[in-house]
Order: sequence, then structure tokens, then C-alpha cells
Amino acid sequence: MKQIVALVAVVLLAVVLWRLVPLAAPTQLGPVARHYAEWGVAENGGSNLVTSIVVNYRGFDTLGEVTVLFLSVAGAGFVLRRRHGLVVHEPIPASEIVQTGARLLFAPVVLFGAYIFVHGHLTPGGGFQGGAVVASGVLLLLLADRDRHLPHGFLGLLESLSGFSYVLAGLAGLWAAGSFLANRGVLPLGSWNRLLSAGIIPVIYMVIGLKVGSELAALLDVMMHAAGGDGEEAHR
Amino acid sequence: MMGGNELYVGTAILLILIGLATVLVKRNILKIALGFSIMDTGVNLLIVALGYLPGRTAPIIDSPELFSDRAARIVDAAKVVDPIPQALVLTAIVIGVGVTALMLAYVVRLYAATGTLDIDEIRRLKW
Repeated sequence: MKQIVALVAVVLLAVVLWRLVPLAAPTQLGPVARHYAEWGVAENGGSNLVTSIVVNYRGFDTLGEVTVLFLSVAGAGFVLRRRHGLVVHEPIPASEIVQTGARLLFAPVVLFGAYIFVHGHLTPGGGFQGGAVVASGVLLLLLADRDRHLPHGFLGLLESLSGFSYVLAGLAGLWAAGSFLANRGVLPLGSWNRLLSAGIIPVIYMVIGLKVGSELAALLDVMMHAAGGDGEEAHR
Repeated sequence: MMGGNELYVGTAILLILIGLATVLVKRNILKIALGFSIMDTGVNLLIVALGYLPGRTAPIIDSPELFSDRAARIVDAAKVVDPIPQALVLTAIVIGVGVTALMLAYVVRLYAATGTLDIDEIRRLKW
């Protein structure tokens, strides 16, 4: 019975999606996309149009999305905060290869993540991706040494400060150009395809990178110690 | 026939359907969380595929050939794909990671509270 209902639901969704989605590729951009594509570089200075949209044209939405990410991570941390009743397995110590490799790779991985979010306005990538790469470096560290605890106070402070800086950058746009998160008039746009260009976009993307990185790192720490860590002192 | 984005759209719809079927049929909540994750991937791929225009390049203006007016830095809109779906998906991926983490956290708590991962067993505890 349950299988039949599931099959009917899947078939219905298949029909709806098949009818709804235009199969033929469009031949030109829509009016909004066309404006972003044509004027994105001239108006914002960054050569990555996706970044121009995420951080500038739709910057307010991104502020909301950063908040959604914060809420989901805070929810996961809240759900896992107490450990009584959790089945605790004795952690298997990581092998020599993992430990040495993690120590060797941690700094380059974090540096690569920082590279990705510093160059978000020029190359594919940006704050979200760079933050995820930084967090994966932290995951290596946690995998190599299961007894390691990250400084939650520092991570919380870094995350709050970067979120606060995002709003401050938006207020700077309000003050300098008359609209929240405006780019023009806050910082010079610079010349095309240079690191120091695109006005306030790289600043905001670095801030997002730090925020996402510290959030995901704190989440990894909480999950690591909830899923089979060591003693009772793990949680704040 | 296969000149456009049928392959990408078809794959994306397939992934969404696989995810939905997993969510509806599987009884292990770990696998249900996995199904949501697969559906998430399918939706992201579908959105990006809808913005794909064959024969165009990525919306990253790293070459002066993409400008139609080099002095005013106006880009030739006929040479790049739609940047808006990519911008939407970019944040959706990271939020998907956060939501998956939240789901898995609930799975851990449910397992701790009930000692089982079977969704039918857990449903009996309803009050």
C-alpha cells in the first residue's frame, strides 16, 4: 500500500516537472539577466558576474541566506548540546599517516580557502565556497586528533564579528550612496580584473568566508564530539 | 535532439524523483535524510540547467573579448550564460549543507532517545 502511494506521488511529480520545465534551451537572456550581464562589470567592477549578483544586486537576500545558515547550524548545535543518553563509542585513534597528513595539509587547505574567498570577485568561488574549504581543513585536524577541542568562544566571536561587519558594510552603503549594501561611493571600484577592485564586494565576501568557515568549523566540532567523542567536558 | 540541455534537465528531474522515492519508501531515517540531500542536489542541478545556454561561456568576464564596449566595460550579453540561477544555487548549496547537518543532528538525538533508526518504530511513540 505504502509503496503504491509512493509510486503514485513519484509519477505525479515526474509528470508535473516534465510539463513544467521547458526542455528546449532558451536562446537569449531574460531582461533582468541581460542587464546584470551587460552592466555588471561597469556598475560593480568585479569580473565575476555571479559574485556581483550575490553580494551586490541581491546582497540583501544573501544577508538573509547567511542568517538561514546560522539558524540551521545553531539548531544542530542546540540539538546536540547535551550528551546524556547518547551511545558513546570509544574513539579509534587515527593512524600515523592520517595524523601526519592532517598536520601537513591543514595550513595549505586553510590558505587555499582564504585564497578562494579573497578572489571571489575575480574567479569562480567566493565566501561560501572558501568558508567550506576552511572548514574542511579544520575537519582534517579533528579527524587526526579526536581529543582536540576547538575554541568555541573564539569561533563564536569571529562569527558574530563577521556577521556584524556585513551589516556595517551595508550601513556604509546607506550612508555613502543612500541605499543599504550599495557599492558605488563606498570604496573605489578600481580597474577591471585586479585584486583591489569591485569596491566593497571583496570585503563583504571575505567577511562571509570567515563567517561560514567559523560556523561550519564549530558545527563539525559539535558533531564530532557528539557522535563518539571522549569525556563529559566536551560541551559549552 | 540532444543539442540543448535535455540531458541536464533530465538528470536533474531523475535525481529529484530518486530523492522523493527514497524519502517516501525507506524506513531508516538516516536514508530519509540522504534522500532529502539527493533531492536537494537535483533541484540545484535543475536550476543551473535552466540558465544554461548552449555555446556560451561562464559569466566570469576574465577576457577582454567578452566586452562589446571595452572602454565603458559593457559586456556582450550574447556571450555568457544566465548568471542568476548560478547565484541562487551558490547559496542554496551551503544552506543545504546546514540543513543536512540539522537533519543528522535530529537523527542522532532520535537514535539516542529511542534506540532505533526505523521510522515506523518511532511513530509508535506519538502522543
